[in-house]
Amino acid sequence: MSFADLLAYAGGALTGHRLRTALSMLGVAIGVASVVLLTALGVGARNYVTDQFASLGTDLLIVAPGHTETTGGVPGLGGTPRDLTLDDGRAVLRSVRGVLQASPVVMGSEAVSFGDRSRDVAVVGTSSEYAEIRDLHVAAGQFLPPGDWDRGAPVAVLGHDLAQALFVARDPVGQVIRIGEFRMKVIGVLAKLGVNLGVNFDEVVMVPAATNMRMFDRTSLFRLLLKTTPGADLDAVQRDVKAVLVERHAGEQDFTLITQDALASSFSAIFNALTAAIAGIAAISLSVAGIGIMNVMLVSVSERTSEIGLLKAVGAESRQILAAFLLEAVLLSLAGGLVGLAVGWAGLEAVSALYPEFPVRPPGWAVAAALGVSLVVGALFGVLPARRATRLDPVAALHG
Amino acid sequence: MIRLTDIWRTYDVGGRPLHALREVTEEVGDGEHVAIMGPSGSGKSTLLNLIGCLDRPSRGTYELAGRNVGELSEAELAEVRRHQIGFVFQSFHLVQRLDARANVELPMAFAGVERRERRRRADAALAAVDMADRAEHRPDMLSGGERQRVAIARAVVMEPRVLLADEPTGNLDSRSGGQVLARLDELNRGGITLVVVTHDPAVAGRADRVITLVDGRIVNRMRGEELGAANPWIDAAESAAEGEAEDAAAERPVSGGTEAAP
Repeated sequence: MSFADLLAYAGGALTGHRLRTALSMLGVAIGVASVVLLTALGVGARNYVTDQFASLGTDLLIVAPGHTETTGGVPGLGGTPRDLTLDDGRAVLRSVRGVLQASPVVMGSEAVSFGDRSRDVAVVGTSSEYAEIRDLHVAAGQFLPPGDWDRGAPVAVLGHDLAQALFVARDPVGQVIRIGEFRMKVIGVLAKLGVNLGVNFDEVVMVPAATNMRMFDRTSLFRLLLKTTPGADLDAVQRDVKAVLVERHAGEQDFTLITQDALASSFSAIFNALTAAIAGIAAISLSVAGIGIMNVMLVSVSERTSEIGLLKAVGAESRQILAAFLLEAVLLSLAGGLVGLAVGWAGLEAVSALYPEFPVRPPGWAVAAALGVSLVVGALFGVLPARRATRLDPVAALHG
Repeated sequence: MIRLTDIWRTYDVGGRPLHALREVTEEVGDGEHVAIMGPSGSGKSTLLNLIGCLDRPSRGTYELAGRNVGELSEAELAEVRRHQIGFVFQSFHLVQRLDARANVELPMAFAGVERRERRRRADAALAAVDMADRAEHRPDMLSGGERQRVAIARAVVMEPRVLLADEPTGNLDSRSGGQVLARLDELNRGGITLVVVTHDPAVAGRADRVITLVDGRIVNRMRGEELGAANPWIDAAESAAEGEAEDAAAERPVSGGTEAAP
């Protein structure tokens, strides 16, 4: 029997029971669609986050106060981390070779108002170097003025959306706004940037670091950003930065050094694990669909007992009958798989239409695996019913 | 053509042996027309299934065209059924989702006959049973007689040496039945060996020879024309009953008409 004939025979059996075929296909379709959709979302989320880190640049070193590995020791001794100060930043910049630029970051949250318009926003205290390190651009006016970090000038740079919200159509540059109880002169507006690493730069107000520390009565920096000279050995720079800061902090490492590489790879690992878990859950629905197929095929075999008996009477061999029923199960699951793929694809198109900035592409391995698994599911769960078909006693099958 | 020597077919029913056939020895010549008669549960369908290689004897030897069927593998048996034997059933056994032509093509498809050749032979076989104009009809659009004629076309499309018919007119009215029998006779005259299981003396009377089974044993052999309108097995059963009364009482096969095989 040629494969085309076998295919026609198995296909004919499926189209003979449209509703049943459609329902059992649906099970596989849902499984495959969810594998495709969920893994695409998982991988998309990972790519999104790692892209964000990549936008930091590989030449960035971040110092944060406190040390995640600080362990007990004698209580009361060395337990509290020292502040990370502007002086620390200056010292690192001055004495570590390979550090090109440094920029302090202090964070706060306060109501910003102009006239009767007011908004609660993040207040970022930093320095002029920040714009270069983070590649920020101004749409109007200028960024924070260069010079002494300790000079807390009463000036502010507004995020793009914040400027629009407060000033609507007027030019904000040169106007005076209030941040909490402080009056600040607007010297610039940032170009539209969007969300980066969880901070919406369109909704912030940026002020000099010293101004911010005074406003919020802070003594410690939130972060110290260091930009290394191109081609510098990042490990050596890290070592030297650590040495300088440890010395300034009385021999204690009460700060944490973060590179964007380390951040990105740890996030990437988290998202990979998440994607695998999601895919695993989706795969369970595929195996449930497989059991559905087995059920349908068992019903099909018992319904077609006399047909199987007839096939034996006209001289069909056991392996032909096995092949016919196995092919029927595989066709069923494969068709379901293709439908599921189409549904998954349509779902992804919808997601990317709704969130254009979110990169959703199903990973090739997931598409291949979903189809492959649906094939295997059909074959695997088709074996039992097909074997049952071939083992039927022809005499009983014909008369039963 | 068919040589049965001391054939027994024993089923195990609830731990007890049930003899559907006992020491059946019979020979059917090439091109012969033989009818098997007997009451319900006499083993006549079992015998037909055995001749058709759907079943194997528990004891004894069965030679078909010189080959000992008992020694053949499962695949070889399938091959014998494919090329040497055609079946016609009381309930037709047409595949409902396939039209008449596709039903006739079915054995050829499994035998690997090429598509165009298949179609040609199927159309010829349908034409021979006057069903050429119904080739595209599905079984549910055909009358009983038409279905049986399609089934005959399917049974002979592989040009078997032996045609086995199990109550071929059992589900038909007398007119359709007459057409079916006429076609079977015609095939037999063309050289095919024909074995018909029936309880209808009018059907059996057309055969060259009539074999009567009672309780799995051949109790009577006669020529077809000797068979009157009388039920031959009643007399035969009575004469046989004397010697085997106790046997028969203990081991009478389950009744079930032609579905004697459990």
